[in-house]
Amino acid sequence: MAKKLDKVDVVVVGTGWAGGVISAEMAKAGKKVVALERGDKKNLQDYTGEKDELRYIERFQMMQDLSNETITSRNNIGERALPVRTQDEMNAGTDTGGGSVHWAGAVYRYPPYDFEIYSKTVERYGKDKIPDGMTIQDWGITYDEMEKYYDRFEKTAGISGEEDPLGPERSDDYPNPPLKETEPIRLFKNTTKDMGYHPYQVTSANVSQQYENPDGETLNACQYCAFCHYYGCDFGAKSDPLMTVIPTAQKHDNFELRTQSYVRRVLYDGNKANGVMYTDTETGQEFEQPADVVVLAAFTFTNNRLLMLSDIGEQYNPETRKGVIGRNFNGQMNITFLGATGFFDERKFNLYMGAGALGGTMNDFAADNFDHSDVDFLNGGAIEIRQYGSGAIESNRVPKGTPNWGSEFKKNANFYANRNLTIWYTSAIMSWYHNYMDLDPTYKDDFGDPLLRITNKYTDQDRNIAKFGIEKCKEIMENMGADTVDVDEVPDEFDHIYQGGHYAGGVIMGDDPETSAVNNYLQMWDVDNLFVVGGSAFPHFPGHHPTLTIGSLGYRAAEGIEKYLKEGGQLVQPKQKA
Amino acid sequence: MADDNNEKTDESRRRFIKNTGWVAGGVVGGSLFGGLLTSQLQDEPDTQTKEKETTQTLQEARTFFSRKEDFETLSAATERILPEDDDGPGAIELGVPFFIDKQLSGSWGTNDKAYMKDPFFQDNQTYEYQHKDTKQHKSGPNTSSQAPSSVPRYQTRMNRGEIYIRGLRRMNEVSQNKFDKKFFDLETDQKDEVLKAFDNGEIMMRGAAGVTFFNLLRQMTLEGAFSDPVYGGNKNMAGWKMKEFPGPRLGYTQEIESEEFIKKEPKSLRDYQS
Repeated sequence: MAKKLDKVDVVVVGTGWAGGVISAEMAKAGKKVVALERGDKKNLQDYTGEKDELRYIERFQMMQDLSNETITSRNNIGERALPVRTQDEMNAGTDTGGGSVHWAGAVYRYPPYDFEIYSKTVERYGKDKIPDGMTIQDWGITYDEMEKYYDRFEKTAGISGEEDPLGPERSDDYPNPPLKETEPIRLFKNTTKDMGYHPYQVTSANVSQQYENPDGETLNACQYCAFCHYYGCDFGAKSDPLMTVIPTAQKHDNFELRTQSYVRRVLYDGNKANGVMYTDTETGQEFEQPADVVVLAAFTFTNNRLLMLSDIGEQYNPETRKGVIGRNFNGQMNITFLGATGFFDERKFNLYMGAGALGGTMNDFAADNFDHSDVDFLNGGAIEIRQYGSGAIESNRVPKGTPNWGSEFKKNANFYANRNLTIWYTSAIMSWYHNYMDLDPTYKDDFGDPLLRITNKYTDQDRNIAKFGIEKCKEIMENMGADTVDVDEVPDEFDHIYQGGHYAGGVIMGDDPETSAVNNYLQMWDVDNLFVVGGSAFPHFPGHHPTLTIGSLGYRAAEGIEKYLKEGGQLVQPKQKA
Repeated sequence: MADDNNEKTDESRRRFIKNTGWVAGGVVGGSLFGGLLTSQLQDEPDTQTKEKETTQTLQEARTFFSRKEDFETLSAATERILPEDDDGPGAIELGVPFFIDKQLSGSWGTNDKAYMKDPFFQDNQTYEYQHKDTKQHKSGPNTSSQAPSSVPRYQTRMNRGEIYIRGLRRMNEVSQNKFDKKFFDLETDQKDEVLKAFDNGEIMMRGAAGVTFFNLLRQMTLEGAFSDPVYGGNKNMAGWKMKEFPGPRLGYTQEIESEEFIKKEPKSLRDYQS
């Protein structure tokens, strides 16, 4: 029997950037708020002295334990989906702070084009440019409307950066200067400048100097120690919820964080969300936590699955193309981040130094910054060079043609350990009617609840944009003076590997309830007191990293929740298509 | 201090080998240490020299593989994946076989964090899935921080430890069928031929693909050679020395902008945490 707890104003599922921002804002506003986290309680101490590549990168210390729950995956409607069984094949964050603790920290504002992608594409190229079956749509919010939330989140997170010469208008500078330049970054910037492009330093949540954010939380200066991406920060120098929004919320007695709390259902009466049901994974006790407002702010997979398990909203059906929950699955898969690797016979770089978001980038081929009239795809992406800092296990890159193992492999892997650089294209992923999520008919978790099933395949759009990006990266790498330039191959089909954590869609935002699940406050059209926040709201995946937009949408949603608590009802008038 | 001593022993050992000309001939090559190990297990004389040769530690005993023969097969296979050469030690001298033995006796070997629920279909679809080949560092958002190894494709009800046992015994079966010898008794190029057959997906095992086993074997050989020595591999940080990798350090704020490569002697997690 579930034990019923006292009602609170707001219950938040998940403690990553989205849930963290909302928890902090609700706590500051004096609301009684409970945040539920399926993983363990963590703080800075848990990550200090932990520079261990085997444990964190190879053994996925900070990733979700899949023994209870994973996803299943297939390419085509009608096929049987197979479970994605190991953490090598699928990783998503867990524990306090979620995936926002092990992230690299690269941040980009999404350009105006992506927020109004349908209208702006039709306006510039005509309706026929959008291929049949591509289900891109406007997000129901414009860049200009998003700008103040971007600015707010950048200040909370202490973002360090310089202005993108091709970027959209900003109301203020970044709160901190960019990270330092390294030799590979200088080489990339000088080369691309000579080619007439507009490089700049990757905007970063690895903080460039000690910084106190507007909530009074202090972040330290990045030490370029290299143990960053896939790790928690040793020094509190990578902005994450543990250093910012969670402690801000915890300063208020009206906030409570409950870990080991595995949420399994939204309590839904057909009209309103009355709270959530969760299991305490330490004791096995089930609890009902009633609340005036329920916020799902977990990873895309969890947000979708909880709505499906709770039977909230109409499940998307690709045959009829009706329904919204699970629609427009998108994300960065094995067809994104392709480019060129250069091997330098005469030069060595300090590749063992670095930081998650240390790098150079350019947006000359991003979004609609270039004319698409004569290319066979829409949208674009950033071109990036990154200096994460390489561990010794990963420093085994060899030029093409070298065998995978044996003496020649060993020789080349050792020789090139500090002599290779990669640049890649972070191409956008558009949405399609045949890429979606629903519940798997066969596989279940420990509680007997069905797993989430993903159906995803590639189209010519995906392959063509990847080809384009690889070509650009190759040109740049050749100009950078590499002795050998190897280009990545474009995969024919999605390979069911979910390594990146950048998966989105399924509870998408928009201005029309026929094609979107939430309005531009991330409030569900069907259920006024249910807000679904996170990457799950992305109608497609723009050609840049997602986190800044997820955190900023958190502020947008927090504003909406406060508004709802005051006024009630739908905050946005739905726009029906003509 | 202990470390320094070990390093010296290690150096003198290498000199010893060089002087006796054991590594000079290409014929012996990688199987040298496999042979050494075998003979050692057969209780050869002169314990003192042996101690020096292998710089054995008290941790170097099997905790997962009960059959000596399985372990010898494993050792010989890892040494072909990373053979000893002019650059430095191979897998055996780096402690890779014991690293793998330890890893398999823990939660990694028993698949504690993997989804191991039924049904495990064994049909064409599973076969195709298991034979897909994706390099972890080739695509996707984590490209730059992943090891360049194939993602092990998992659709079998056996855990990693069980796959190793089945895989190593299958290797011996294939060796017997082809060359009428155990894997570790084969010539170098014969060993490579057997390993290639696994790598190319030509070998099936009962309930799993041979390539799933091979990908695990290759991945864990690299891990054993280049992870922190705390796990039993990368002995004396010799793997890191080959890559001029300095190990965990506080940070590089003063050096990050340098145009020149800065070489540092490696330090381990033990130094960093203390």
